[in-house]
Amino acid sequence: MAKILMIHPDKCTGCRNCELACSFQHEAAFRPGATNVHVFTWEREGFSVPMMCQQCDDAACVRVCPTGAMRHSSDTPNLVEYDEATCIGCKMCVVACPFGNASYDSKAKRIAKCDTCAGAPECVLFCPNGALEFAEDGEQIRARKKAYASKFKDVFQEVR
Amino acid sequence: MYGWTGTTLRIDLTKGIATREATNMTLAHEYIGARGLGGRILTDEVDHNVDALSPANKLIFAPGPFTGTFAPSAGRFNVITKSPLNGTIAASNSGGTFGAELKYAGYDMVIIEGKSPKPVYLWIKNDQVELRDASGLWGLNAHDATDAVRELTDEDAKVACIGPAGEHLALMGCIMNEMHRAAGRTGVGAVMGSKNLKAFAVVGTGSVTVADPVAFKAAVMKARGKIQAHPVGGAGLKAYGTNVLVNILNETGALPTRNFQDGYFPTADKTGGESLAAKQLVRPKGCFSCIISCGRVTKVDNPEYAGIGEGPEYETAWGFGADCGIDDLDAITKANFLCNEYGMDTIACASTIACAMELFERGYLTLADTDGIDLRWGDAHAMVEMVRKCGEGEGFGKRLAEGSYRLADSVGHPELSMTVKKQEMPAYDPRGVQGIGLNYATNNRGGCHVRGYTIAVEVLGNGMSMDPHVTEGKAGLGIAFQNLTAALDSSGACLFSTFGIGGDELAEMLTALTGVSYTVEEFVKIGERIWNNERMWNLDNGYTSADDTLPQRLLDEPILTGPSKGEVNHLGEMLPEYYSLRGWDEDGVPTEATLESLSL
Repeated sequence: MAKILMIHPDKCTGCRNCELACSFQHEAAFRPGATNVHVFTWEREGFSVPMMCQQCDDAACVRVCPTGAMRHSSDTPNLVEYDEATCIGCKMCVVACPFGNASYDSKAKRIAKCDTCAGAPECVLFCPNGALEFAEDGEQIRARKKAYASKFKDVFQEVR
Repeated sequence: MYGWTGTTLRIDLTKGIATREATNMTLAHEYIGARGLGGRILTDEVDHNVDALSPANKLIFAPGPFTGTFAPSAGRFNVITKSPLNGTIAASNSGGTFGAELKYAGYDMVIIEGKSPKPVYLWIKNDQVELRDASGLWGLNAHDATDAVRELTDEDAKVACIGPAGEHLALMGCIMNEMHRAAGRTGVGAVMGSKNLKAFAVVGTGSVTVADPVAFKAAVMKARGKIQAHPVGGAGLKAYGTNVLVNILNETGALPTRNFQDGYFPTADKTGGESLAAKQLVRPKGCFSCIISCGRVTKVDNPEYAGIGEGPEYETAWGFGADCGIDDLDAITKANFLCNEYGMDTIACASTIACAMELFERGYLTLADTDGIDLRWGDAHAMVEMVRKCGEGEGFGKRLAEGSYRLADSVGHPELSMTVKKQEMPAYDPRGVQGIGLNYATNNRGGCHVRGYTIAVEVLGNGMSMDPHVTEGKAGLGIAFQNLTAALDSSGACLFSTFGIGGDELAEMLTALTGVSYTVEEFVKIGERIWNNERMWNLDNGYTSADDTLPQRLLDEPILTGPSKGEVNHLGEMLPEYYSLRGWDEDGVPTEATLESLSL
């Protein structure tokens, strides 16, 4: 089984602790302008959505990368690796990612993209609301399905 | 430089120029930041005699060292100025993400001086600083102005602005940021309006750096764990918001009712956090770096009061609720939405309407005064209409916008204004909770609960418990809270983090972050220094010990019903001890020795 990172926007409060944790993990400072996770908030509606690399199986960033710097990990399932040493900074991955989840950090001259902190994502650790989850793929889908099923159950119980 | 950015930005609105200067680090070490540092800069630079609404006053936006880091629930900033409401040193505290964005743009403080000849907005993107024409924005409510400024600058800009209330110099005008957060009290919005500054937008892409990353993370994890394990900080505030207090205070007999005529409201439950969670709550909301999430995203379906926004908090639910004799939560939440749009302090607005209701009921105001509106206890429609008029500055609303002291005084009954130093008292009746009365009376910005929240001990039993009805020990308790809070406010932390942590954790995090060593004793001493600096400014401003008091009603008229029936506040039993423990003489003036011990 492999772990995957999932977002739960319905639980997100917009606090951006995930951005802070990510930034701190990668440069021991706080620079949310260049982190691998970003939270967008619609203030009028009071809704927030965290966005980060989904580690796609058929990844556009991997397909367009001319040097192989962006590649599927050979030893970790569900991980698109970024190798800074072979990256030429052409930014084709930034252009190709349909989610905008690969961005270019012009200060550090590197691609900012989730690396799952080598299998222990700090954003998940710091999220106080369970809006980010790193769990076995089967398990968390089942949990989500079951949570929704329980809503049906409540409704049907009320009807009876 | 760690924690601080080392740079202060000064904007001269009169001349339209901006200058960058090094932050005075000696003062930063002694006052930390935000309320403390900004307050010291104000007392150094602004003559206490200036008219608060004149160009000679300054308006300082200041985050703290924690702001922009993952110190838990510590992303706040303060707005410091001379208050137009009462002439005290005003520091109004807000959350959201504006303060953090200012840090990322590179600033410990932005000091705004003078007055622009025409309406402008300030646009800061890192080093780039511009004053731009805001004639097209003048008149917009705070939400529309925020959207409009983003269209003109950057769609993700963080925007602090005034609504119509600040524009017409309402003394309850506040500064709104991210639409729903407010630097709420003491009339800071009127100062911004007097300077012709409609909005302040910022985008920052820089960093806040850390002196000892390993120690800082360890200290943060420890502090987070303590807050998350606390019943209030970890679960209560997220589930029900601050409005969980309505039922708790009512059961204590300290929920001020009908302009503090009583301390118990039989149907308060309909306005509390539990009812709000069942009827209106969409989801909890957190400010920057917050792990508590007391904010409420709420939706009202009732067509009469329909809308979506944030709030109400406890003070708001109390003010538009029990204090006006109202138990219609939809109307209360609508009043809150309107205040956020007009940019008004909900406590001042609600308490002033409650005062107007009492003046009307007693015949001191008539239909001719109130634009024909029957201003009776419990009339939710009339209350919401008054909020609207107040925000517009229309008709009777113009008088309401001056606050309850001026309103009551204008009809010859200042004793019916429930204010301390002309600022409306919040939602804890000092007859039912003795220590909070002492805090209102001695607070450096007038009636205010967040600078000496003894409720935590007297009602909530946070850390320790004391009987709310006794006066013994309350002077010491109040001072401990006031000093700790002054330092906490200056660090960028949120008061609610004290539901889990205290000076020990804050000092440890601050030391690791800044590389400047702070013991808990030094941290609290800084709070004492800030308190005395504020006190000296107020004394210079003409305040005396005679102003360290409460409305006569609270000293003479007992609570009529409920658990605290028969109680009055015994301020006279606490105040002399308070002065003595503070190292002040019997007139409430800090002694030479006290000032010297604080390097003042």
